[in-house]
Amino acid sequence: MENRVNVLFTKQIKIVNFGIQSFYNDNKKQGVPSVHVDWKPVAGGNKELESILDDIL
Amino acid sequence: MVKAQITPGAYYDSVSLMIISNAVKKLEGVTEALVGMGTDLNRELNRNNPNLNSPEVEKTTPNDFFVAANVRDEEVWKAVLAKVDEKLNEKKEDAASNYYPATLEGALKIQPDTNMAVISVPGKGGHAYNVAKNCLMHHINVMLFSDNVSIEEEHELKTEAVKRGLLVMGPDCGTAIVNHVPLAFANVVHPGNIGMVCASGTGTQEVSSIIDQLGGGVSQVLGTGGRDLKKDIGGIMFKHCLEALIADPETKVIVLVSKPPYPLVQTEVLKMAKEGKKPTVVCFIGGDPVEIKSMGLIPAVSLEDAARKAVALSKGEEVKTFDGFDASPAEIDAIVNEATKNLAPTQKYMRALYTGGTLCDESMKYLLPTCKRIFSNIPLQDNDKLENKDVSREHTALDFGDDEFTVGRPHPMIDPSLRAERVLKEANDETCAVILVDCVIGYGSHEDPAADLSDAIKKGKEDAKKAGRDVIVVASVCGTEGDPQCLSKTQEKLRNAGAIVMPTNAQACRLVKKIIEKIG
Amino acid sequence: MAITKEEINAANAEVLKIILSAKPTLVGMGTAGEDIPGMTPTTILHSGPPVDWEHMSGPQKGAVIGALMYEGLAKDDKEAEALAASGKITFDPCHHHFAVGPMAGIVSYHMPVFIVENKEYGNKAFCTFNEGLGKVLRFGAYQPEVIDRLKWLEKELYPIVKEALSITGEIDLKAMIAEVLQMGDDGHNRNKAGTSLLFRKLAPAIVQTHFTEEQKVKALKFIDSNDHFFLNLTMPACKCTMDATFCDVNPKTKGSTIVATMARNGYEFGIRVAGLGQKKWFTGPAEIVDGLYFPGFTAADANPDVGDSCITETTGIGGFCMGAAPAIVQFVGGTPEDALNYSRQMYEITEGEGTTYKIPALNFRGSATGIDIRKVIKTQIRPVINTGVAAKKPGVGQVGAGIVHPPMKCFEDALKDFKATYLE
Repeated sequence: MENRVNVLFTKQIKIVNFGIQSFYNDNKKQGVPSVHVDWKPVAGGNKELESILDDIL
Repeated sequence: MVKAQITPGAYYDSVSLMIISNAVKKLEGVTEALVGMGTDLNRELNRNNPNLNSPEVEKTTPNDFFVAANVRDEEVWKAVLAKVDEKLNEKKEDAASNYYPATLEGALKIQPDTNMAVISVPGKGGHAYNVAKNCLMHHINVMLFSDNVSIEEEHELKTEAVKRGLLVMGPDCGTAIVNHVPLAFANVVHPGNIGMVCASGTGTQEVSSIIDQLGGGVSQVLGTGGRDLKKDIGGIMFKHCLEALIADPETKVIVLVSKPPYPLVQTEVLKMAKEGKKPTVVCFIGGDPVEIKSMGLIPAVSLEDAARKAVALSKGEEVKTFDGFDASPAEIDAIVNEATKNLAPTQKYMRALYTGGTLCDESMKYLLPTCKRIFSNIPLQDNDKLENKDVSREHTALDFGDDEFTVGRPHPMIDPSLRAERVLKEANDETCAVILVDCVIGYGSHEDPAADLSDAIKKGKEDAKKAGRDVIVVASVCGTEGDPQCLSKTQEKLRNAGAIVMPTNAQACRLVKKIIEKIG
Repeated sequence: MAITKEEINAANAEVLKIILSAKPTLVGMGTAGEDIPGMTPTTILHSGPPVDWEHMSGPQKGAVIGALMYEGLAKDDKEAEALAASGKITFDPCHHHFAVGPMAGIVSYHMPVFIVENKEYGNKAFCTFNEGLGKVLRFGAYQPEVIDRLKWLEKELYPIVKEALSITGEIDLKAMIAEVLQMGDDGHNRNKAGTSLLFRKLAPAIVQTHFTEEQKVKALKFIDSNDHFFLNLTMPACKCTMDATFCDVNPKTKGSTIVATMARNGYEFGIRVAGLGQKKWFTGPAEIVDGLYFPGFTAADANPDVGDSCITETTGIGGFCMGAAPAIVQFVGGTPEDALNYSRQMYEITEGEGTTYKIPALNFRGSATGIDIRKVIKTQIRPVINTGVAAKKPGVGQVGAGIVHPPMKCFEDALKDFKATYLE
């Protein structure tokens, strides 16, 4: 079976960055298509709400 | 005193004028100010304000622009008018046109064909796992820089990824170059025909950078995270990546880098490489070369050696083991003699202070036979664990990128200040003879990691001199000419500070070995 | 049986469909007493979730006093206060009577109201005239000039506009709101374009009414001088749009997690959720508006967030269309790019995008529509609301403008209630 990673090798890399923003800035500096996500813990880290979301979202 | 200036027939929108009023009020010597058009509302505000109540403003019409203020003196009034003028004419800078969505789903609306996620959110609490899992569900490859991802989470992510034909590089993977795009901590390496699979971060940077320095180039550099070849993960991702490189037409030579794997996993990986039939250089740092050779693969004695062998293979040149120096033996002897001539008799020990974990590991493994014991936060021998990471003991090697040092602060490659402080501290220790440091450049790293470091080296050497001795600093820079910080410029900065700059970490270690032998 | 994600998603899709297919239309004018269901001569409607006299904020109390004097139920403020506290007055949210009111949102028996009908679903919504800026009832003022203006609205402007509307015929508010978003309004806090468009519709008709020249001129001047005149039409347009989404009105929306109401009374912020029905409010303390204060005022003068006007954001305009009204973002010291980013962010918490209400600067992307409480909780992004700020002292009027958010507690409580209702 063909390894699909080889398909990735033929594509333009387009990045989504979660976390350290300087990684995103470096991508941008190099002209690599990138989107930075302003990530926060789901439900602000509230476990009770997170568990409700697990059931309905 | 209350002053007013009326300009008939000028119009400015009320919001701008409110902003200006507020700015004027903040000026020293202004008790009250009102900048506006002569509307009913504004005239009323003027009238009802005992600190203002300017008769001129009372006479304005809605077509008059006025500035009124209660000021200490004429000077302040001039300042008020100047401020109003400045504010009315100021050109606002364009805001950054970047919008940062809050979720992957939001990001995909902006960039629907995203195919790579770089994740550095906290691993604790399952955050990194959740983000990575969601990316896989959207058929996005993952580079997971986060640490503190559990073995179970790692196993599940990698199993899912392989099922979907995706990459999960990490956790704790800092370096990859995919389709010539450096991800996280990576160097600008020329394109070429050498493909790499690595379970190490700075080891990967060292090998790929030296490949570039030697005129070679890379096709793909894939990371797996340090635990992939351990028993629990069983090399799931390492094998997945190796398989892809074997099938990749651009890749003619393969380099594998890791700490010694779990034996069964090692056998599986080497077997796969053998069956792949591409020339393969294996650098299992400090590992046993016997099995590698028995599979017909090429073992490397150091990260540098791996790079040299790979480049030779990629150019069709003869493959030789390199375990010496670029400089001649005579030159090296001269350097050692010169460096050690002003040492005091108390100075016996080496202090290796690293920002790159694999580089630190390589040094310790190379120098242990000479040093016998190397105290460390990541000791090779259980007994050599440093009791207090902030206090060195005899021969000491520190990995500043390890958990103990990174709690509540960025990785030392992003913020090299803590390591620089330690360089200065060791220089002032009368038992310390030689300080061994790395300096990792490239994308992801600090914009000028040599700056703090060279200041510390300079100051440290001055301090030692004042105390009637000298301290030797041996450094190597991991990076390429194409990196934003530039290899040669970084080397020059360190050299100017008084460091002996060696071309590679391996050669730096060898020089330190010679120094220790000389003073021992 | 616990509800499934698919069922929730289907209910939410239904709610979005109802919002997008609504046809809010101005059909005429009437009076609160005659047209608003459930009104009595001693009923006072107010903005926001339910609140008793004791907890009402300054502007709302002031407006109640003014309304009682206007209705002739009290001869001065002392008597009005005593009456309000006596229990003889029925206080109820506008939202319980198909009505909405900006700021204090006070509606009493004799007040004239616009009648807006959702032609697609047949439900109606009501809203009083906008009185202008400065000393006005909705900011809690009750001086004689305020009462006099209310009387003039009732005795003169109301019959003129009512007759004019019989000449213009029904006015398609959806088309008009779509238009104002192309003209720099957000549909909530900037209403210059909307008021201008309405003025163009009304003026020729007002001229044709049977009233005296002087009366007609006064009416036209009043409408022309009040930039927010149109707000009291966008609000009922949005109100009748959202009222059709409640599951106790349309059982197909059972299980929906889309917000159907956001409203504040100056004491609390309250939301209602389509799938949890009209009876349940989820409330939290109203916040202080972050914005630009008029000369002479600071945040210390501000009443907490008040008014039903955020029904506009609930429907996908107002703050959600800030990118269409870059002038507004100056109130928070931002740039036009910030305005676009506020709009962009709202897509992350909504079910879909508008098909009629669009933002030119986002390539005419439909505005973010249908706030999903699940997504608000997940992303911790709260809806953004453009709003004016009332002074906490009754009768002072507007002291600033800016942006504000509902407290997260509203959404947290709603989510917990959703679990209790549908998962247990």
